[in-house]
This record gives sequence, structure tokens and C-alpha cells, in this order.
Amino acid sequence: MIPLSWMLALSAVVFVIGVVGVLVRRNALIIFMSIELMLNAVNLSFVAFSRQHGQMDGQIFVFFVMSVAAAEVAVGLAILVAIFRNRETANVDDVHLLKG
Amino acid sequence: MIPVLFFAFAALLVGCSLMVILHRNPVTSALFLVLAFCSLAGIYLLLHAEFLAMVQVIVYAGAIMVLFLFVVMYLNLKRDVEHGVHIALRRGAGWILGALLLTEGFWLFGRHWAAGPASPHEALSAPVGNTEAIGQVLYRRYLFPFEITSILLLVAMVGAVVIAKGRGPHVGRTPSPGAATAPPAGPQEPA
Repeated sequence: MIPLSWMLALSAVVFVIGVVGVLVRRNALIIFMSIELMLNAVNLSFVAFSRQHGQMDGQIFVFFVMSVAAAEVAVGLAILVAIFRNRETANVDDVHLLKG
Repeated sequence: MIPVLFFAFAALLVGCSLMVILHRNPVTSALFLVLAFCSLAGIYLLLHAEFLAMVQVIVYAGAIMVLFLFVVMYLNLKRDVEHGVHIALRRGAGWILGALLLTEGFWLFGRHWAAGPASPHEALSAPVGNTEAIGQVLYRRYLFPFEITSILLLVAMVGAVVIAKGRGPHVGRTPSPGAATAPPAGPQEPA
């Protein structure tokens, strides 16, 4: 059987890859994809712990995380499309009107 | 056999995640993310979470990533070209911070490394399948969050349509170089 620590290590690695993606890349679409990577890493942790404890609550939470992620992606991409329509760029460095 | 499968799926997942954040072309990154989601579904299958594996493929790889690819191709972005010292500095800082975070995580949890297998309760879950077990909990204890999620999805759907549709004379027009100037009539920013 697979030790729980391996699952958590894999989840941590994928989460950190997502964090680095958000920090390093300037394309808004890649940043969205990195956020999805982070959410999936956390989903893996939830499922692993749910399996460890023998309860279904972790998997229920994964279910809700997936649905919320779907809603967030829809709204986020709509915002990106609206920004791109006005500003013709998907680079987050160019959208800095709120900057002091 | 199962550890071999786990290592294969884990290597695929980590490799595809790295390619997502490293590749210049957004379309290639999206396709690598689809492959990462499918390998994660394989890991869910190893954890005996069959329903979640199928939902992962259907919802994440089949709906969310398709939406991503729609938007990527609609925006028609070119390859990311970023040059300059400040870009390289920020990129280096991002990688260093990521390595720091990973080291910190392993050091913090290294002492209390979670012991025990990831699936000890084989006999308990044998009578019911994963889908039925999830259903028994979802529709009894978590019925209220389930219904609220449906309202959340409705709100997201309405919001996405309103934001992406916009107002003014540019409704229905594809992005063009002339769109950079402010359209003459009506507020354009989403309310």
C-alpha cells in the first residue's frame, strides 16, 4: 500500500509548483492554471486523508472544491476576456490602474 | 505493482505541472494541465476514490480545461516573450521562494511524518462502492451545502455571462487592434 506521507509529499510538490507558477509567470491564463494546480494538490491531500481515516467527509469536500473551482474559472475567464477586450493584453503587469 | 503505478502517475503529474508553468505557449500549457488532471485521476483510482476520479476527468479535464482552451484560442495569444533583467530577477526570486516553501514544508512536517498506509480501511469500504458511500454522506449530512452549491453555480453562470458580454457598441465584436482605444458610447467596465 502507499504510505500517506508519499501522498502528502506529492501534494506539497504540486502545490509549490502552482505557487511558483503564480509568482513567476505574467500571463493571466497561466496564473489561472497555476491556481487550478494548487486546488488539485489540496484535493489530493483531502482524498488521501479521507482514505486514511476511513470517512467520506474529505471526498465530499473535494466534490465541493471542484464545483467552486469550476465557478471560479468561469467568472475569472469572463473577467479576463473583458479586460482583454478593453486593453488588448493578457499580461498582468499591464493592468495596473489601481497601482499607487 | 501499486507503488509502481503510483510512482508513474506521480512522475507524470509533477512533470506535467512543471511543463505547465515553464512552457511559453498557453495552448501547450493548457494541454499539459489536462494530462496532469488525468494522471491525478489515476492517483484517485489508486486511493479507491473512483467517483472522484471520474468527476475529475469529466469536470476538470472535460469542462474546465475546455473552457480554458476556448478562452486561450479566442484571445489568440502569441508565445510569451519576456526579456529584461527585472523579469529574470523576479523569476529567480519566484523559484527561490518556491524552493524555500517546499524545504520549509518538508522540514516542518518531517518529524511528524504521517505514519500508516493511505488506505487502511479496505474491509470497511468493501460492501458499498465509492459512489454510494459519497451519496450516503452527501445527501444526508451535507445536503445544505449541496443546495447552496447549486445557487453558487447559478450566480457564477449569470456573472460570467454579464461580465463577458459587456455593454456598448463592441458587444459581439472579436478583439481587434482598434479595441485599445476607449469605445465612444456607454460605460465599458463591468459593473
